[in-house]
This record gives sequence, structure tokens and C-alpha cells, in this order.
Amino acid sequence: MAERSPATRRMLWLVLSLVFAFLYIPIAVLVALSFNEGGLPTAWSGFSLKWYVSLAGNSAILSAALNTLIVALVSTAIATLLGTLLAIGVEMRRQYGKGLEALIFAPMIIPDIVLAIALLSFFSMLNLTMGLHTIILAHVVFNLAFVCSVVRARLKSFDWSIVEASTDLGASAITTFRRITLPVIAPAVIAGALLAFTLSVDEFIIAFFTAGAGRASTTLPMQIYAMIRFGITPEINALATIVMAVSVTALTLSQRLNRGITGQ
Amino acid sequence: MRYVPSRSSLLMAPALAWLAALMVVPCALVLALAFFRRGIYGGIDYTFTLENFGQVFDPLYAGIFLNSARIAGTATLIAVVIGYAAAYAIAAAPRRWQPVFLFFAVLPFWSNYLIRTYAWIVLLNREGLITQLLRWVGYTGEPPSMLYTEGAVIAGLVYNYLPFVILACYAPLSRLNPELAEASRDLGASAMTTFRRVILPLTVPGIAAGAVFVFVLSIGNFVTPALLGGGRFQMIGNLVYDQFLTANDWPFGAALAMALIAIMLLVLMAQAIAANRASGRIAEAEGNANG
Amino acid sequence: MSEPRTLLAIDRVSKNFGRVTAVDGISLDIRENEFFALLGPSGCGKTTLLRMLAGFETPSDGRILLDGKDIARMPPNKRPVNLMFQSYALFPHMSVRANVSYGLEMERLPAKEIRARVDAILATTELVPFADRKPEQLSGGQKQRVALARALVKRPRLLLLDEPLGALDKKLRGAMQLELKRLQHEVGITFVIVTHDQEESLVMADRMAVLKDGKLLQCDTPHAVYEHPAERFVADFIGVMNFIPGKVSADGVVAANGARIAGKVPAALSSGAAAVASVRPERVRLFPSADTANRTTGTVEVLAYQGLDLQLHVRTPLSPKPFLVRVTADAADRRPVASGDQVELGWDAADVRIFAE
Repeated sequence: MAERSPATRRMLWLVLSLVFAFLYIPIAVLVALSFNEGGLPTAWSGFSLKWYVSLAGNSAILSAALNTLIVALVSTAIATLLGTLLAIGVEMRRQYGKGLEALIFAPMIIPDIVLAIALLSFFSMLNLTMGLHTIILAHVVFNLAFVCSVVRARLKSFDWSIVEASTDLGASAITTFRRITLPVIAPAVIAGALLAFTLSVDEFIIAFFTAGAGRASTTLPMQIYAMIRFGITPEINALATIVMAVSVTALTLSQRLNRGITGQ
Repeated sequence: MRYVPSRSSLLMAPALAWLAALMVVPCALVLALAFFRRGIYGGIDYTFTLENFGQVFDPLYAGIFLNSARIAGTATLIAVVIGYAAAYAIAAAPRRWQPVFLFFAVLPFWSNYLIRTYAWIVLLNREGLITQLLRWVGYTGEPPSMLYTEGAVIAGLVYNYLPFVILACYAPLSRLNPELAEASRDLGASAMTTFRRVILPLTVPGIAAGAVFVFVLSIGNFVTPALLGGGRFQMIGNLVYDQFLTANDWPFGAALAMALIAIMLLVLMAQAIAANRASGRIAEAEGNANG
Repeated sequence: MSEPRTLLAIDRVSKNFGRVTAVDGISLDIRENEFFALLGPSGCGKTTLLRMLAGFETPSDGRILLDGKDIARMPPNKRPVNLMFQSYALFPHMSVRANVSYGLEMERLPAKEIRARVDAILATTELVPFADRKPEQLSGGQKQRVALARALVKRPRLLLLDEPLGALDKKLRGAMQLELKRLQHEVGITFVIVTHDQEESLVMADRMAVLKDGKLLQCDTPHAVYEHPAERFVADFIGVMNFIPGKVSADGVVAANGARIAGKVPAALSSGAAAVASVRPERVRLFPSADTANRTTGTVEVLAYQGLDLQLHVRTPLSPKPFLVRVTADAADRRPVASGDQVELGWDAADVRIFAE
């Protein structure tokens, strides 16, 4: 790399610092306020965990958190199974149509609001009672697409001749999958599952439209949305901090796994 | 051996069935809905009509489309300028730091969208952090109204989608053969000319991908205008929401959603054409690096 | 012939990257209109030296004088020096013509002149039919010619070429070596080429510098470097050499088995010091006459046919490695040898070079 002048280098560092400040100051303020006794940005009145404590006593939030966990776990489990099988099925083929590619890609790019109203119309036309189960049905749609894309990325560099070698050595298709294919793609499958879990935990619009009436099926993002519309409360800061910590942990794990397999 | 159609179809079947039942059919249903009349009591009257699409072009709604496009366009422009500069700075950083910077640039993207938007309410509201900072430096007047403005909506959109632009612009920048810039310098070009005539043209696909992403997600956005615009700055997403949950005019809501999809497909097609045109030269720019 | 003028003087130039010294106090003169080669194994500092000449690195110490003016700190875009990159670095979004015009546009020349000069150089490099193609539509050899044309059209005082033939296949490389030499002659520009291929520098260069670990080992004509290597490393690196380890005596080297190898002992070597005597394979004769100064016997182990000549690997008592002997196909036809044969080898004292071990 050619040497850069000190002025250029200072300029580049300045850009980086400003961008990172822009990205992190809003989040940092939230996190800081969640530990503020007074809870408002007007003044720092001392470190306190009281907002976390009050969160623990808020039954609406706790039940929403439980709902979110149920939706995320079930939809991730289904999506991981279906998405992985889909990825293997697609990559096994030497060629596939553009239509198939578009179909798998569509759930990732279709605007949330469109999928949300489409599912709402569909469920109400079927006279289906909506609740957590309909949110799960909906979340699997985009989750399986994301799992599929992560696993496919791994399979692109998969040496299919090792499958042939296993067959040549006398293993059945099932044994080959269990002993050869699965161990190789396992990190990608787990990474995909973590990604799906994160997306599901954070998803708001589709859940909002497919949850049906009543509080019973309120998820955490729906609860947060309601609270924000109501106004700033210090409890949201605490809740936001926890939610961010969970997503960031899941994402970091997912990245680690992905890096482990691609060797970057 | 690898190509086993029957087995591959078997593996794909459950997922494809799921997508067909819960994405293709519902979307087709919305498309069909758009051609029906609204029922007297908010239901659906199953007689064919094109009225809903006509209504989309009604000045009132066309105005909202234009407004959405303007807000989304402004947010896209700002995000691309900041994102490209950041990506350039990351690509110029020492090699071993690049993945670290990139990771931290993208990290906020994976925290909850509502929470990231909410953070801006905390910053911008009348008694928010910015007002506090102004007070602290001696400002005594009325707190500036920043929340519930178009600026707040744009700031929220830029903030939420900036990480993706950084990622999209970083990819071609980091793969660019550094010898191309050196060759340009060697042939007598200044740093500025080298950027304008060599680096920028070769990284256009990344900019396009980032821009399309921000634009498509912004124009269909519903949460940001609702929270940071305070409902005063209606965008298409809010309009669709209203038709389904408030006005109970599903056929018109469906027509609006289809218009949204049409805009999105147009933008994606434009990008695909641009990317196709550029793909050859990009492959070359990267291939050169292996020399 | 008049005394050649010095174009570029590299004066005690060093370059450190942190604690690593890539170039260590190198001084060299490059003359007007010559074809100069910087040769050395990878990591010897030749590329760093080249990049300092182009302006992409700044020397930590020393001066680089072009026509007597120090350019060591001049930015690359202000130097009358151009570089042909190893990867060619052709602008992929520009046609061949646009690539070649680029450098002239930077000089803000009138469009008419640019067109004329570009046309001329495209003709010289036989690229006219490809002028409107993009780099991706060119073969490796054509890309190389575009890179060359792009640098040459600026009429630099000095053209630097970084491993210009490295990316080409062997056959094309041979043709391009001659092509480059022809072009250099035609345009009358001083060429400095960096290469790790000793054969390439022997074929192309008027003079060459051999570098190792950032230091200059020898700078001379290919003939002089080949025939009179300054050091054991140079003797080994350039061409093929047989080495016989031993100790220095009054008139040569005494090998481990006691055999005396006659040759001229350098003044720096004292009697009894560890040394190697060396001789090129083509200087060794099979079945020498009785008055040949150095003789030995051995067993033929391998015969390698190489078209015009034959390479024999002969096991001798002189050294642990087999002795390499090059015999013309003609000679081999006249007196055939086979693997396993006992042969006698001989060479003259004048062909022996002695180096410190």
C-alpha cells in the first residue's frame, strides 16, 4: 500500500470518529439513562438499578417477553429445519431457474408492511383465529429464507466430492448426511438459527398485524411500540438495554461461528 | 452423482410449500383484493373494479407518494455520502483493523429497530439531550422543536440504514486492486482526479446496492414516520397501515401496497441493469488484484 | 563510442519498514538508454527499490538523482518516471484507447496531440485492432502491451517494469522478452526491469544488479556477472554451477578427498581457509585430453535430454552433490554414454572460480 500523507490519514480518522459517534451516541445515551436514578436526561441523579427492578415487576412486559421467546424459539426451530433442507436441495442441483432463486430471495426483500397485510388478509379470509401461532407461521416465512441463505453460502464452498467419497466407501445417503454433510455445515446452520432468532425477537410489523386482537399475544416489540407511543418512560431505557444486549450477544456468536467456518 | 433431482426436490418441498402457502398465496390475494370494491360496512364487495388504482393517483395520495419519495430520496442521499466516506476510511485503515471497524459499524444494525428509533426521541424531544446540551452551553430560549419534523424522520432513516450502506460500499472498495490507484498516480493524476476517474466509477455498484436498500426500505417505512414524524409526515407505509387498521378499506390498502411493490421492483430492476453493466469491469478490477 | 551518461543515480538509499530493513544502503548508476535489470530472490528489496524510484515509497535515507536532481521526495504524479505494474493495473472501466490516453490527459495536452501520440503508440505496440476493447476482452499478452503502451506514451525519462512477464506462460514470455528489447531500442527510453528470473535478465539486460537481503551484491553486464560472479550467492543464483567444497591452497582448492582443483585464488582468501571451487557445466568436458588441469572420474547417474544438448549427472568423489555436465547433442552422438557408465571429466584452471565458503 502506498504511503498516505499525515493530513490524509488524520482526515480518515476524523471521518471514522464522527461516524462512530453518530452510530453509538444515541445508543450510549439510552444505556446510560437506564441506570439513571431520575431516569430522565434532565440531570444525572445517581446510579441505580431501580428501572430494571421495576421492569421485573411489570407483568405486561414479562408476559410480552415470554410470548416473544415462544415465537422466536418455535419459528427458529421450524425455519432452521426447513431452511437447511432447502439450502441443501438447491445447492445439490447444478442449475436452477431464476424463479426458484427469486422465490427464496423474496421474503428477505419484500417490504414488511406488504407481507404483514397479505398475511392479515389471508388469515382473516380463512377465518383463522389469530394469536401466537399465526405470528409463528408468519415469522417462519422470512426466517427460513435467512437460514437458507447462510447455509447456502457455506455450501457454495462445499466440496461435493467428499459426499461421493463417502458413498464410494459404502455409506448410505442418510449416514453420509449425518457423518459428512451435517458436521461440515453445522456451524452455518447454528449461525443461521441465531440470525433467525435475533430477527424474530426484533420483528414488529408482521407480528403486529398477525397477532390478532387482545393482549394475550402481544410480543415484546409490540409492547415497546405501545410504550414509546405513550411517551418516554425510564423503564423503556432499561428494557431497550436488555433487548440490545441479547441481540448483540446472539449476533456476535453468529459472526464468530461464521468466521470460524469461512476461516476469515 | 451430485445431481439427484428427485432427492433435491424432496428436500426443498417442505420449505417451498411453506413459502407458497404463506407468502405467494397471501400476496396473490392482496393483488386480487386490489381489484374489488370496498363493502358498505368496511368488508369487501366482490365486484371487479379499477377504482382503487385510480384512487392511488388522486392528488391527495399522489402527494403522499411524492412526499415519501422525497423523504426517502433525501435519506438515501445523506446515507450514501456518509456511508461511502466511512467505508472508504475503513478500507484505508490497517488490514487487521478493518474487520473490527466493520463489525462495529454494522453492530447497531442488529439491535432492535424500534429501540434505535426510540433513541432519537430521547435525543430530539423538547427536554431531550440536545436541548440539555444547548442549555448547558448557555442557551435560555424556547427549546427547539426537532422531534416530529421531516428532519427527524430523515435522521431516523439515515441512522437506521447507514450500517448497510457502509457494508455495501466497503465490499467493492476493499476488493479494489490498490495498484489501479497507484497506476493513476503514476500516470500523473492527482489524488482527487484518481478518486473521480478511477475509484468512484469502479465502486458504483456498491453505492447503487446501498442506495437501493435505503430507498426501498425508507419509502415503505411505517415505524419511523409514525414515531419520529408524530403522524404528521405521512408516508406510503402509514397510508397502507391506516387503510387496513383504521379506515378499513382493504381493497384500497391492497392497491397502495401493490403500488409500493411496483416502485420497489422498478428500483431493483434499474439497479440490476446497472450492476449487470458494471459486473464485467468489476470482476476485472478484482481479478487484477490476483496478479 | 562516447562515455555513456548517467541518467539516474541511486545514492546510498535505504528503506526501513518499522524494524525491517528492506533496502540497505544501495548505490547504483543507471545510464541513459540502457536496459537495466534488478535481479534477486523474492524479499531481496528489488520491488521496494523500484517503488521508491516510482515514488510510492519514500527512502528512509539517501538520495535518488534523476538528471542530477533529487526526486526522492517528489510525489509519483510529478515524476517523469512511469511504472508498468506487475498486475498491469489496467483501468477495467476504460477502453484500451482511454487507458492509453489517460496519462496524456493528465498533462492537459491538446486533444489533437493526444490522439496522434496514442495512435502512434498503439501502432508501435500492434494494438490498433483492439483500441476500443475493454481490458477484460484482451489476452494476457495484449494486456501486457496495453500496460506498456500506457506507460510509454508519456515518454518518461525512465520506464520501470515490475516483473512484466511474470503473468505470461513460458512460450509467450520468450517472445515478449525479445519484443520488449525491440521496443526499448525503438523508443530510446531507459528501462529498469525488476525480475526474479535470472534467465530473463541475462537475455534482456544491458547491465544488471543482483540484490540479496536489501544489499547490492554485484552490478555489471550479464556476461561479466555470469562469467565472474562476485560472490558464491551470485554464482549459484545466476545459471547453473558445480561447487566443490575444500580448503584454499597456493594454486587452488584442495577438495575433501584430497584432489587438487587448480584455479586463480582471490587475493582476499588466505591459505587454509574454507572455500569452494566452482565450474559451469558447459565448461566441463567428457573424456578430456591428458594435459587438462583439472580431472576426475565418476559414474553417470542420470541423462537428461534437453533438445540441443544433454545434461549428465555424474557422481564424483569431489562433492556430495552429483556433478552437472552439459554435452552438445552432437558430441553425445559421436561418443554415446549411458547411465551407469564410468566417465572421465576435465576442465581448465581458467574456468574455475573460487569463493569464500
